[in-house]
Amino acid sequence: MIESSGHEGGHEAPRGFLRRYVFSTDHKVIGIQYFLTAVVMALVATVLAMLIRVQLAWPEKAVVAPETYVSLVTMHGTLMVFFVVSLALVSGFGNFLIPLHVGARDMAYPFLNMLSFWVIVPGCVLMLASFLVEGGAAAAGWTAYPPLSALGKAVPGSGLGQTLWLLAMALFIASFTMGGLNYVTTIVNCRTRGMSMMRLPLVVWTFLISAVLGLLSFPALTAAAILLLLDRHAGTSFYLPAGLVFGNETLPHQGGTPLLFQHLFWFLGHPEVYVLVLPALGIGFEVIAAFARRPPFGYRLSVYSILVIAVLSMIVWGHHMFVSGMNPYLGKYFSIVTVLITVPFSVLGLNLIASLWRGRIRLDAAMLFALGLVSAIGIGGLGGLYLGTATSDLYFHDSYFVVGHFHFTIGTVTFFGIYAGTYYWFPKMFGRRMDEGLGRVHFWLTVTSLFPMFLLMHYQGLGGLLRRTYDPTVYAYNAAARGLNLSITLLAFGLGAGQIVFLVNLFRSMFAGERTGENPWQATTLEWTTESPAPHGNWRREVPSAHRSPYEYGRNGGAEDFVLQSAEKA
Amino acid sequence: MNGNGATLATRPAPLGLLGVLATVGMLFAAFTAAYLVRRTAADWRPVALPAIAWANVAVLVSSGAAVEAARRTGRGPWLLAGLGLGVAFLGGQLLAWRDLAGRGVFLATGPHGSFLYVLSAVHGAHVLAGLGALAYAGARPAALGTASAFWHFVGGIWLYVLVVVSVL
Repeated sequence: MIESSGHEGGHEAPRGFLRRYVFSTDHKVIGIQYFLTAVVMALVATVLAMLIRVQLAWPEKAVVAPETYVSLVTMHGTLMVFFVVSLALVSGFGNFLIPLHVGARDMAYPFLNMLSFWVIVPGCVLMLASFLVEGGAAAAGWTAYPPLSALGKAVPGSGLGQTLWLLAMALFIASFTMGGLNYVTTIVNCRTRGMSMMRLPLVVWTFLISAVLGLLSFPALTAAAILLLLDRHAGTSFYLPAGLVFGNETLPHQGGTPLLFQHLFWFLGHPEVYVLVLPALGIGFEVIAAFARRPPFGYRLSVYSILVIAVLSMIVWGHHMFVSGMNPYLGKYFSIVTVLITVPFSVLGLNLIASLWRGRIRLDAAMLFALGLVSAIGIGGLGGLYLGTATSDLYFHDSYFVVGHFHFTIGTVTFFGIYAGTYYWFPKMFGRRMDEGLGRVHFWLTVTSLFPMFLLMHYQGLGGLLRRTYDPTVYAYNAAARGLNLSITLLAFGLGAGQIVFLVNLFRSMFAGERTGENPWQATTLEWTTESPAPHGNWRREVPSAHRSPYEYGRNGGAEDFVLQSAEKA
Repeated sequence: MNGNGATLATRPAPLGLLGVLATVGMLFAAFTAAYLVRRTAADWRPVALPAIAWANVAVLVSSGAAVEAARRTGRGPWLLAGLGLGVAFLGGQLLAWRDLAGRGVFLATGPHGSFLYVLSAVHGAHVLAGLGALAYAGARPAALGTASAFWHFVGGIWLYVLVVVSVL
């Protein structure tokens, strides 16, 4: 074994800048590439959000044109869900962490992994380029409902912008599918000796289940998008009903149903929420264990809850469609299964909280964000009860209550997961620490602006304010709720300022952060048994074996209160 | 046993293949759902399948048999025959499209015809991928098991699609 102990499968450390940092097959480089791509896309998506908020706070100034406003809303949602959170959390951290956690030298299919990244790059370029084409970017909402998205002349953004949107989404799905195949095979087949499934760190479980969900749900959007492209460009009528009038002209389409698209879209769209939220919770478990110096409460229960959530998440999509004209009996069913999902989800939330019980808690920036994540789950989940119940959703649908709700769940939980993960694994990525003081400033600026901001949106929704409204002053019924818009916009500016602190910290620490050793947090999982940053092939010596659970904290008392997962039992 | 002597090192190919089949299967499940919804509309008029469609099935099934023979015997000519029959199937599908067009059934003429074109095109793309995999296996015989499994799956999908579009 000695002669080949350094590398496996002919995967030699590459030389030359291009092979090492650009066209790399090393999962750690690819993970960081995804992460940095997501940072760029996040900058764009945040600027869009600020423009939206400026327009809403001062509608009389008409900062943006109405048709631009709908593009802003559409692209902010699309970029954040698919090109920021998906890329940073699932593709970024997933790639970086899975082989290190399971004890593999790389992904099962390193070349496929590289391909998945270089497929998303043109996807990002197409998405951004759509701002520059005639008519501007797509404007049919991030859900791209027909007929708006199916008729090329419906609004300016329905033209080339919408076509580019569909093509970029196709590339995203292709990339995500390749990534998912790699995750599943690596986690199941490439674990090190002793790493049984029940010894996997919880974050790896969440990546596994999220990858399976992605593989099973994304094809529905592929099918939906193919049919939509044909309705747009080939004159078919999959989604377009008879009697559509455009200008003075009756369109030739007949027989299609827009509801079909909604079903196909949400068959992907709802599992996608869990594809993103589950890994964030997984990061929460890792960080809370390391900073509370306790094993996470109820490991097995958490694993089973994740599995139950995965199954339920595939059969609840209709709760996005209560007011769509769907059969009311179907609505009843979707209400019941939606409320059922709160059971395993509460188990996960309570397990996270119980993991703190009698811990010796260290409040580093990573831990602060992990705790923030837990509170966002609580508030987001509470709002979800009102939206999952068909009767109350009839009132709340398409109001700012929904906007506030999903920004707590798919927005805050995922972003806090990304931040907690960044502060926690940054030393393993770059061999340096992020600045702790700036990290705390980042956290407090973020929570003090973010929580009131999205809570106020719930109040606006209660008051009847509708989302995607360009100018709330034109409708009398918005008078009561729109007064909060200015406060929300100012809070949004504060939130934006907090993220600048993060970016400064991120890029400064890459080059000037304090250098760290193998295991700066005294953590237990396998990635902390190799040097920081981890070398090509992950371990210079033999790959460590797993001899115990991944969370042996608080074992010895004293300074060395942890035992590495790779430590042999006495 | 691979390099470092520590990894479980089971072969990832069967599981990776299962993932591909699951995601491709869900794609056709989604199209089936769309088909079932769309066919309830008032403008649904079934189109007779081109006669050559059934000949194409025979070609595809024999291609599967040839590939299976190649897998069991490890002989190159069987694989070549399987590849040739796969290409012939794609040619036959193009003839089926010409038959439809000759009868005035184009992509946008009616919903049933639209689905015939879409499903055969999406399936054809997977046939192309399968042919690529078989050709790759011709160069690397170790991959033949995976490639042939994918090929049989693609063949099975087409039988399923034919049942959907002709029975439902």
